[in-house]
Amino acid sequence: MTAPSAVRTASASGGGRTKSKSWLATVPLLAFVILIFGVPLVIILGGTFKREGAFSAANITESLQGAYLTALLGSVKLSALVAVVGALLGTFLAQAVVTSRFRLLREAVLTASGVLSNFGGIPLAFAWIATLGNSGVITKALGLDSAGWSLYNFWGLALVYLYFSIPLMVVVVVPALDGLRPQWREAAQNNGANTWQFWRHVGIPVLTPTLLGGVVLLFGGAFAAYATAAAMVGGTVPLVTLQIANALSGNVLIGHENVALALSLDMIIIAGLVMAVYLPLQRRSARWLR
Amino acid sequence: MNGAKVELRGLRRNFSGTAALDGLDLTIESGELIALLGPSGCGKTTALRCVAGFEQPDEGAVLVDGKDITRVPANKRDAGMVFQSYSLFPNLNVRDNVAFGLRVRKVPATKRHARAQELLELIGLPHIGGRFPHQLSGGQQQRVALARALALEPRVLLLDEPLSALDAKVRVSLREEIRRLQLSLGITTIFVTHDQEEALSMADRVAVLRAGRLEQVADPATLYDRPATPFVAEFVGTMNRVPGRIEGDQVAVLGQTLPVDGDLPGTPDVDVLIRPEAVLLTPDSEADGMVLVSSFRGSTAQLRVQLGDIEVLADVPGHDSVRLAPGTRVRVKLVERPVLVSASSGATTPATAPVPEHDVV
Repeated sequence: MTAPSAVRTASASGGGRTKSKSWLATVPLLAFVILIFGVPLVIILGGTFKREGAFSAANITESLQGAYLTALLGSVKLSALVAVVGALLGTFLAQAVVTSRFRLLREAVLTASGVLSNFGGIPLAFAWIATLGNSGVITKALGLDSAGWSLYNFWGLALVYLYFSIPLMVVVVVPALDGLRPQWREAAQNNGANTWQFWRHVGIPVLTPTLLGGVVLLFGGAFAAYATAAAMVGGTVPLVTLQIANALSGNVLIGHENVALALSLDMIIIAGLVMAVYLPLQRRSARWLR
Repeated sequence: MNGAKVELRGLRRNFSGTAALDGLDLTIESGELIALLGPSGCGKTTALRCVAGFEQPDEGAVLVDGKDITRVPANKRDAGMVFQSYSLFPNLNVRDNVAFGLRVRKVPATKRHARAQELLELIGLPHIGGRFPHQLSGGQQQRVALARALALEPRVLLLDEPLSALDAKVRVSLREEIRRLQLSLGITTIFVTHDQEEALSMADRVAVLRAGRLEQVADPATLYDRPATPFVAEFVGTMNRVPGRIEGDQVAVLGQTLPVDGDLPGTPDVDVLIRPEAVLLTPDSEADGMVLVSSFRGSTAQLRVQLGDIEVLADVPGHDSVRLAPGTRVRVKLVERPVLVSASSGATTPATAPVPEHDVV
């Protein structure tokens, strides 16, 4: 996001350097992407529009109806909620840590965030089930079950997803908060601005490119998550990843196997739509960087 | 616009046990440019920040036109400030940076843009209103910061080493411009710097600080010619420390007897403080002085002269450096005028850093 200006000057001024062989270093990655991302994409596209050997849009149509549509919308709803709430709470937590005078607290929170942002899958589900599940330690100790508490619904899942999303936001936003120079705040004060006016006119606009990036990252993480949800809620909360797994394991009508591929394509399109909103916003918010 | 009178009264400020300000008293007259000069850690920046409101003194008061503003929050004070560097808001273009204070005060856009343009013309950059800070050179950024500091027509201008991050040429031209603007606006200005040349060339008066206290405040010529203490003498300009001996109210040094300026230390053996330009050299093959190193500076040359077991620095006109080349025997004479003395430190070297070898002519 900050790179373009540097890249442009380098390529404009250093004519000799553009002929270097440095692009060779990217070959392994690009080859890997083509193999592991490109080939499946071709298979998805090919399979989605085929039913019983003939070209057909039936799979796509079916993937946007009934339970499949509910699952798709459920995933979008859950991911959007986790992205927005996670970004907000993560940013507040990061700001609290960055402005704290306790060096140790900062180190502790950043280390914990680094670990927890990578916490996922079955182990995460187990940790929550053991703690706040129907027979969880805290559920029993506090008698939450008799109060109607359940972890195995939409809000429970959102809570668990936030458990790795908030730390991820902290990791993303701390460098940006560290980059806010104290002189900017003092210069704003010197010009008569109060704290809120500083944040409104300077702090938040400077952070916006990072915050937007964080929201998209959190959305993507929640949207693609599968194992935690599968272990926790099985089929009780409709999610598109659970439906795909269902379809892959043969839990569909005969001849409708390719619906899983159509659902995958739906996911790619939704991710594309998110990027279509994100990129112009990002470009607009970062125009002072170019 | 009329500058305000600023008074610092007994300012004290401690940072985890270290006193940054230790009872600082200073009065800055209306419309005056005063430079706060001193080594790092002397408290000059802390004093400035107390006036800006970014620092609260533990004791003492800041008065502007007789009104105590010590507890007034920074955003309610009538003082514009220019920071060391990188203080422009990166997300706002130059025009919006300059007009920031007006925007906060809800001045309509057309009016504040007109004012911003007026200020950009004042600083000689009328065409850069649409650019972002990272597209400007360091000198331009500091000019814009100056325009922003002046936008609200403050009665006090605070400059916190605004030139220290700039290269030498820009520094000189910008300091002249700041002075010109300050004089034409008549704004009371406090200028923090560790660069004595900057302080001497710009300020009406220079306040030399040391360990949070005022060492001397005087106009530049007085400060240079009649430093009140050995610390000021050695901090401002270059000084030789030459061993001497008190004889009555005079001091014997290098075979001459000179009157003593200021206090006499208790001991008869003293260091006599002598400016390099007060050391006169005449080539003389019989004399016991010898030029060791010559460092040419254009209009002048600074020579390092061996004299028995001591060395002294002497400034001579640049064109004299040829006949006073290294190896030349010279007679050393001191200009007849009162000198400062301090208790002997035992050191016999000049107060400045040694002249590097590659400067040899």
